[in-house]
Amino acid sequence: MPETTAGVEYTKVVEIKGPLIIIDGITKASFDELVEIETVDGERRLGKVLEVGFGKAVVQVFEGTTGLTITGTKAKFIGKTMEMPVSQELLGRVFDGLGRPNDGLPDPIADKFLDVNGEPMNPERREYPTSFIQTGVSVIDGMLTLVRGQKLPIFSGSGMPHNILAAQIARQAAVVGTKEDFAVVFAAIGVQYSDAQYFKRSLEESGALRRSVLFLNLADDPAIERIITPRVALTVAEYLAFDLGMHVLAILTDMTNYAEALREISAAREEVPGRKGYPGYLYTDLANNYERAGRVKGKNGSVTQVPILSMPADDITHPIPDLTGYITEGQIVLGRDLFRKGVYPPVNVLMSLSRLMKDGVGEGKTRSDHMEVGNQLYDAYSRAQEVRALAEIVGRAGLTGVDLKYLDVGDMFEQQFLKQAPDENRSLDETLGRAWDVLSNLPEGELTKIKEKHVKQYYKGK
Amino acid sequence: MVAKGKIVWVSGPAVKADGMSTAKMYETVEVGESKLIGEVIRLTGDIAFIQVYESTSGLRPGEPVVGTGQPLSVLLGPGIIGKIYDGIQRPLDEIASKSGAFIGRGVITTPVDFKKKYKFKPSVKKGDEIGPGSILGTVEETPLLTHSILVPPNHPGATKLTDVASEGDYNIDHIVATAEKSGEKIQLKMYHKWPVRKPRPYGERYDPTVPLVTGQRIIDTYFPIAKGGTGAIPGGFGTGKTVTLHQIAKWADSKVVVYIGCGERGNEMTEVLVEFPHLIDPRSGRPLMERTVLVANTSNMPVAAREASIYTGATLAEYYRDMGFDVVLVADSTSRWAEALREMSGRLEEMPAEEGYPSYLASRLAEFYERAGRVKALGSPNRSGSVTLIGAVSPSGADFTEPVTTHTIRFIKTFWALDTRLAYSRHYPSINWMQSYSGYLEDVSKWWKENVTGEWFDLRQESYQLLQKEDTLKEIVRLLGPEALPDEEKLVLELARMIKIGILQQNSFDKVDTYCSPQKQVKMVKLMLKFYKEAQKALKVGTPLADIRAMPIIPSLLKAKFEIPEEQLGKLDDLDRQIDEQFHKQAEAPPMQRSA
Repeated sequence: MPETTAGVEYTKVVEIKGPLIIIDGITKASFDELVEIETVDGERRLGKVLEVGFGKAVVQVFEGTTGLTITGTKAKFIGKTMEMPVSQELLGRVFDGLGRPNDGLPDPIADKFLDVNGEPMNPERREYPTSFIQTGVSVIDGMLTLVRGQKLPIFSGSGMPHNILAAQIARQAAVVGTKEDFAVVFAAIGVQYSDAQYFKRSLEESGALRRSVLFLNLADDPAIERIITPRVALTVAEYLAFDLGMHVLAILTDMTNYAEALREISAAREEVPGRKGYPGYLYTDLANNYERAGRVKGKNGSVTQVPILSMPADDITHPIPDLTGYITEGQIVLGRDLFRKGVYPPVNVLMSLSRLMKDGVGEGKTRSDHMEVGNQLYDAYSRAQEVRALAEIVGRAGLTGVDLKYLDVGDMFEQQFLKQAPDENRSLDETLGRAWDVLSNLPEGELTKIKEKHVKQYYKGK
Repeated sequence: MVAKGKIVWVSGPAVKADGMSTAKMYETVEVGESKLIGEVIRLTGDIAFIQVYESTSGLRPGEPVVGTGQPLSVLLGPGIIGKIYDGIQRPLDEIASKSGAFIGRGVITTPVDFKKKYKFKPSVKKGDEIGPGSILGTVEETPLLTHSILVPPNHPGATKLTDVASEGDYNIDHIVATAEKSGEKIQLKMYHKWPVRKPRPYGERYDPTVPLVTGQRIIDTYFPIAKGGTGAIPGGFGTGKTVTLHQIAKWADSKVVVYIGCGERGNEMTEVLVEFPHLIDPRSGRPLMERTVLVANTSNMPVAAREASIYTGATLAEYYRDMGFDVVLVADSTSRWAEALREMSGRLEEMPAEEGYPSYLASRLAEFYERAGRVKALGSPNRSGSVTLIGAVSPSGADFTEPVTTHTIRFIKTFWALDTRLAYSRHYPSINWMQSYSGYLEDVSKWWKENVTGEWFDLRQESYQLLQKEDTLKEIVRLLGPEALPDEEKLVLELARMIKIGILQQNSFDKVDTYCSPQKQVKMVKLMLKFYKEAQKALKVGTPLADIRAMPIIPSLLKAKFEIPEEQLGKLDDLDRQIDEQFHKQAEAPPMQRSA
């Protein structure tokens, strides 16, 4: 190991720009090292080394550089990367975006200190996720099944009820067949105070707060701190899952704010940008967070991630949702149209997907017709959307018999299957029952995705 | 003399070291006290620019850098099949046994097991003349694969063997043969090393004419790829790139599959590791893992090793090609590799071209795809092998005009364009039949004629024309509604719908539908076309279209793909008869009933 550089203090700040300070005369500093900065007024801030060499170090200051001075600022290099103290006592506590208590209670006693950057999970030691999580939300359970150890983001837009949906999932999530409850790790990344409060209250009311850990970086907290918030949260999630054997649901909201903080630093470093000014390494950086989900062979716990991000201008091809979709195992997309129609949850099922559903459902896990029913619902709703578009041109009168059926099925799907109350917890049997109710309005011959025997067993039409 | 220098600058995966005047370009070096593996990618004066294949967190100026004198190489010998490696050929199981479930740094591993003994059967004897690439003998690497022990391609020309080991059990660093060249003895072991960035040499190149049979209908029948050919599969997220590539890796009729997970999801690699040992190769009856090698550098693993993983995989594939095998090399995803190039290029402060990618992106892609091919291998005995290269492309925003997609298209012959809209309507595989193409259609039709049926090409063309026709008709429907079309054209729409559901859509997760033999493919297409012809006739004699649409044969045709397994293909002939019967009945029904 390199000899420690702990406690070396430097005062020669040569440049301050954006969230960065550049310090000269460096003799001992390492890449990624934690730096404690003391302003002229004695205020302490934290930073980390982004680049070091030729006697200089570029340090990113989490709390921002407002009020820093060229002379009089002291920088102490701590000799280690940023760590989060972890222990069981973290449950029920609230922290700031850097992992410091902000609920007025003393520091929890640490069981150990963990590097917030984590290490990549070895694919050879991963346990493939296959356990169905019942969320009680029909559209998710029936068509976009969440599986323990999955990372399934919610792509939303401003004003839409992503927080309500996420809170509903957090309250209702249950692994069928066990009595185990999920521990919830919630990271608020640059969200409004009211959104964070809603979430906290929702956990409180359902009694889930005592098995939750909250990290809050609110909209008016320092932007650069957001780089760390998901990292400390996921470090705690991994600890709860793989050291304490708990099933953890990690909710990160809103990853768009995270990516914007990253862009700010990249711009300050004058890096060559990729798309829309975001750094070329945005994909890798996001992956370093999202990939911290899963299960490990031989361990009981799991980390299931539900990141939330708001799509700028509802544009799914924007780099943030785009790159996220390439990393996560599916996506739940909220649709503006359904939201306007007053359908909750306004999930645009055609754009949504759960990649791990196939492994979490079926004979022995849920029900043997589950996957086929899900596929047929997609197919039917997709047909219904096509017919709706057609009906706008030629009118209802211009449609043939089967097309008219699809039109009705589309409406039924939205009103009877998709729509439910934010506190309504439906069993899987109820969800699939509703699905068959919808599908039974189609002629039997239209059910091309379902095996004969399942049609015989469940089809209710004539 | 090996270079010994000191770190002077660190930023992410990029490190500068001075005192490196004797370092070579692309030499591997050990970086820092914890001996992280790196590679020299630029030399300026005595400063070397190094990309480090492991996390540089905690690395500090002043730490040592030591050259190895060797370019980044892989070890080639028995024991590779069934393994999962990281981007620089470190076995992930060995890393796990040393650093646990999470990947630590500076872990020293060996790519294959040096302690394991293999039964060596020599195929040469003392006094024989051998040359670069010649086969010395064989070992059973897996029950599926007889591994030929090759003389390294850089062997100094034709030489006489002065000694050959007798048949017996040896570990791989045992000297199995000794050759002599101008008085100097050259010892040959069961393995050799080869630099990853240098394509392995071969005798000559052949044209690819044999299709790679994948069991996927839209690929085999509509857009085939030949053994030794190149293909790309671009698509936005959720369009099923990885599922399609997994399908190819599972069912392709090649001897070896090298699967590179380059900057993709960890769970996807785990899925292969969990699934392949249980999946049985339909041709040999053995687990698929016995022919598969994985190179996994997931998205959260160090970015520089991601860049190397593509070359590591290509070199492994070429090695098995040189034994005379057909190899499929899958790279998922080349876009992540291009991003790794971009990241390093940015840190080198090179002048960027489009979207920040370096100007040499196109030439690097070209070099990579040129490593595919059907070739005559070096040395004796005479043999040929192939590397079929299939690359996934992940265009940002599903926009096919972005640099990686546009450059890739220039260097490949089969193009499977994945379509977000098809994926949204759950049409999988979401390969768009109007945008995709295959440059091997004519080349492989001879194989179909000789091995399946002479009708293949015509059936393919006829059914494809229906789809093309539908594409034009759809425009009219969009403007005027379907009732604006005459019955004859409505029938085309109906047929196109049937072909889409019954043939183009294929469920990878269904036990029966996941693999469709060439014989079944041809029969299914034939049935659809037969139905079309009968329906055309029926329309002419006045049968209402609604009656044709309501015929019970239609759902049977659409479900044949998953209701009729490979071992009961005779049932497809039953469907053929049912088409005759039902149309016959239709024709005999009294006109009054018809219009009901």
